[in-house]
Amino acid sequence: MIPELFFAYFAFAIVLFSIIVITRKNPVHSVLWMLLLFFHIAGLYLFLNAEFMAVMQVIVYAGGILVLFLFVVMLVSLKEEIKVARFIGAWPTGFTFAVALFIVILMSLRSFVAGPQGKYTIDLIKSESNIKVLGKLLYTDFLFPFEIASLILLVAMVGAIVLAKKRFKG
Amino acid sequence: MNFQFPDIGPVIPELIMTAIALIVLLADLLIKKKEVLALFSIAGIAAVAYTLIGSSGVTFGGMFISDGYSTFFKLIFFVNVILSVLISIKYIVIEKVNFGEYYALILFSTTGMMIMASAADLIVLYLGLELMALSTYVLAGFIRHDIKSNEAALKYFLLGAFSTAFLLYGISMIYGLTGTTNIKAIALYISEKGLTGNLSLLLSVILFTVAFGFKIAAAPFHMWAPDVYEGAPTSITAFMSVGPKAAGFAVLGRVFMVAFVSVKVDWVAILIPISILTMGVGNIVALSQTNIKRMLAYSSIAHAGYALLGIICANNEGLASMMNYLMIYAFMNIGAFAVITMLRSEGFRGEDITDYEGLAKTHPLSAALMLIFMFSLTGIPPTAGFIGKLYIFMSAINAGYTWLVVIAVIFSAISAYFYLRIVMYMYMKEPKEVVTLTKSPSTGIALGVAAVAVLVIGIFPSFLVDLARAAIKGF
Repeated sequence: MIPELFFAYFAFAIVLFSIIVITRKNPVHSVLWMLLLFFHIAGLYLFLNAEFMAVMQVIVYAGGILVLFLFVVMLVSLKEEIKVARFIGAWPTGFTFAVALFIVILMSLRSFVAGPQGKYTIDLIKSESNIKVLGKLLYTDFLFPFEIASLILLVAMVGAIVLAKKRFKG
Repeated sequence: MNFQFPDIGPVIPELIMTAIALIVLLADLLIKKKEVLALFSIAGIAAVAYTLIGSSGVTFGGMFISDGYSTFFKLIFFVNVILSVLISIKYIVIEKVNFGEYYALILFSTTGMMIMASAADLIVLYLGLELMALSTYVLAGFIRHDIKSNEAALKYFLLGAFSTAFLLYGISMIYGLTGTTNIKAIALYISEKGLTGNLSLLLSVILFTVAFGFKIAAAPFHMWAPDVYEGAPTSITAFMSVGPKAAGFAVLGRVFMVAFVSVKVDWVAILIPISILTMGVGNIVALSQTNIKRMLAYSSIAHAGYALLGIICANNEGLASMMNYLMIYAFMNIGAFAVITMLRSEGFRGEDITDYEGLAKTHPLSAALMLIFMFSLTGIPPTAGFIGKLYIFMSAINAGYTWLVVIAVIFSAISAYFYLRIVMYMYMKEPKEVVTLTKSPSTGIALGVAAVAVLVIGIFPSFLVDLARAAIKGF
């Protein structure tokens, strides 16, 4: 019962905070709510016995990415931004579709049967330690996806420089 | 756990492609003449194409597969990237964005497409898709001082991220159901455990359809295409109207025909209305367009609808016709875009269809080439477009979808109006102002190659058709 309650709290909080993030008028408030959201996602990871992921979530998202977000928000003119409507006029249509999708997902999830469990049980991970298992997997079974991910990061970096820093000609 | 170094034979083309992209990125620092980088890229792609021979096999624990199917798609990507680079060389000078990163990003994007075509695991598929998409988002916004280009990049990025969320949700659902992300293992598990009628499996199929439908710009997931195609640099519009679309079809074919083969009936029932809607929206909305890039965006949506017929057949013959069609589409569409880039000159956009008035009088050769590409896009013999449509319609009829082919032919007839309107403007109207064409040897080569390919495939189609059929064997 306790684990279910725990999960229910985190799941509910994550959905609630996500809605708050997108509805705030002040971008700074949005970013701060997002900070709370990231902490709750970290909580979910912790709940799944993935301590390393939880720590990474806090360091990378809450620590790194969110600070960058705040920097960007600081560059926006807040006085102007607060006056702008949060949503475009067609939001009721979008909302209807979102609710419909939610109902469809809820209905189809009732027939969900969980697949077989993998070889990485909680006991195995506990005896090997979280980071060790993750590291081993990344450099063996998942070597190829891992390398593609490095290319994606490179493209993101090149792209950011091209779009933001490139000098004009003529 | 013993780790054996994986067999890198099958990934050699991707490795070399990445190496070339990295070299271009570094060489950009030293080389002032960016044309050199373009030529180096083309030479490199030729080398990669050569390494495709003998690269077949499965590696990385079944995550990556190089077979006839993926090789054929990689050939489409090479045609796409070579022709796009050729038409870019002069165009990006005029747009004042002659930077080396442009070529590096095009190569990275192509690497992503190659990984997608070869993905035998959903994680690899997702990462390949992200690599392709991220590079294309940047390229769409490459003209930083143009607000339309910014709009294109931002729209493409936001909607692309949204569609990727659907893909990830679909993948996570499948992983929860089957405990694996390997495409073959998923198929095996579904048929073994009799999950065929499972509603969450069906939901997952729908989520995949949404994500792939976005990439191939099928209605109702096409909303981004017109704005993005119009705002992006024309050479990039050419690149992304063929490359990401073909890559989307490659993964659509592999995931649906391998992983979801046991729920064929369900996804065919989903794809048929999408295909009809796509052909309808593409062809009918294109009628009222006055901007030629926007018109070709809707035309590109319509062509996705025709190519979907190949998937709907749900057999190897249909897939072969679809591959055939995409190869032909690469030549004719980039050919048409090559002419559009020539109309762009200093201080003149040349994107309005009235700019083509009387082009036959002032520039007869360019008008004749545009005529060939417009005929081919309509599907008039003896051009390649006719062959592409013929084979795709034939496979659909053989698979028992005669009524669907009738609808496709009707829409195809409607499309003649807006393609041939360009021809009419070029040949039957008087030039209202003198349009100076920006000519360059590289654009000339691209136009020549595209026009020759369109005519040769149109007259001697058996070579390409046999190649596609041979590629699909053992899929």
